Amino acid sequence: MTTATSQDVLAGLAEILDEVAGTPVDKVVPGAAFGDDLEIDSLTMVEVVVACEERFNVRIPDEALEALRTVGDAVALITASVPA
Amino acid sequence: MTSVAVTGLGAVTPLGPDVAALQEGLLSGRSGVRLLEGEPWDQLPARLAATVDLTGRLDRVEARTLDRVQQLALVAAREAWADAGSPEVEPERLAVIVGSGIGGALTILGQADVLRESGPRRVSPHLVPMLMPNGPAATVGLELGARGGVHTPVSACASGAEAIAQALDLLRSGRVDVVVAGGSEACVHPLPLAGFAQMRALSTRHDEPEAASRPYDKARDGFVLGEGAGIVVLETEEHARARGARIHGWVAGAATTSDAYHVTAPDPSGQGAARSIVLALRDAGLTATDIGHVNAHATSTPLGDVAEVRALHTALGDHRPVVTATKSCTGHLLGAAGAVEAVATVLALRDGLVPAIRNLDNLDDEADLDVVRLEPRRLQHDAALSTSFGFGGHDVSLVLCR
Repeated sequence: MTTATSQDVLAGLAEILDEVAGTPVDKVVPGAAFGDDLEIDSLTMVEVVVACEERFNVRIPDEALEALRTVGDAVALITASVPA
Repeated sequence: MTSVAVTGLGAVTPLGPDVAALQEGLLSGRSGVRLLEGEPWDQLPARLAATVDLTGRLDRVEARTLDRVQQLALVAAREAWADAGSPEVEPERLAVIVGSGIGGALTILGQADVLRESGPRRVSPHLVPMLMPNGPAATVGLELGARGGVHTPVSACASGAEAIAQALDLLRSGRVDVVVAGGSEACVHPLPLAGFAQMRALSTRHDEPEAASRPYDKARDGFVLGEGAGIVVLETEEHARARGARIHGWVAGAATTSDAYHVTAPDPSGQGAARSIVLALRDAGLTATDIGHVNAHATSTPLGDVAEVRALHTALGDHRPVVTATKSCTGHLLGAAGAVEAVATVLALRDGLVPAIRNLDNLDDEADLDVVRLEPRRLQHDAALSTSFGFGGHDVSLVLCR
């Protein structure tokens, strides 16, 4: 169950990154860093977070945003936050 | 004194996607004006506009993160830069001066709707860089890696011409070698249209959109709001010659003055406008009789056009150069107008062909001018004048040479 959700979140995040930043889907892997690997700047990161909140029906507080370095960090945070 | 060459031209206008479309449209007398139909336009008292098709010109991310005014500036700047042969220049010796009358209006208005309907957390984090008036200049500066300064004159409908005037000063100062200069505007939206309509500044010739913009015609009833961008690459003669650049023409002189008369109404005497012409000629080291044609500001408003006629007569005396009016085809591109018209003026000088004024059926009795009608005028000449005036009482004149 948890694994399936993580995969769903990863796929959803890849779609969002494609939409807001034109990031190729195959680059969106858990180890990819938003800044260094995917060239997501701070403004676009806010767009990504807001889109994730809408799509996954979660709330990502600003404090958590600072800790989101990689795609894997985001997937873990969202997966843990998805309402049961 | 340093001579300033025009080595690159770019324009995205209601006549088409590039400079070639602008020139073809002007020489064939095509109109870019149309009626805005359906929601939300139907309720407006004036609903004519001259719009641009940007489909496919930008990638998806550029389209998301740049306001339309920035997108237009970027498209025109890319064309101008490529036309100039993508000059090699030290980043610290490259500056950008791109004006806008209104800035990122569509972003402000669109995001105000988002705030009202969905709350602050749905407002775009790109809002501020998209709405700021220096956004078009900053976008172009980033694209070209310009580190010699990025500037934004904001003088309403004179902004684009003022950018070129400032570029001339900057290049003469010796601080930079190349300046990418021009103007951009994108505010075709119900709110600005309603505002201009409340000023009674817009044409309401809804049954004949393509005949609505008619400078100097007796039946003119206001201007038509347009969008677009014009960009030129300017460089010192020394820099242009050293790299073997193709030179389209020269910015020989410029002057900016102000009316101090009324915030929007033109001074009926045209004194401020006339002074800008006289000073621009002096700056170029020319006299009135050197001017072969005038690309007039001529917006098609009843008051503005005749005030400009008086200014031309005051400044040029008995000399009657040929007069054309780009806005008869393009509509009024506000802060982009002066730059697009500078492009048109350089082309007319270079090719010896001055476009006709569209829709000029019956010349206003007060417009004692040698207007070009029906067909382009073939005219080999060395110097031309382009005038631009803006709300706020801004008067800018450019003297361009071949």
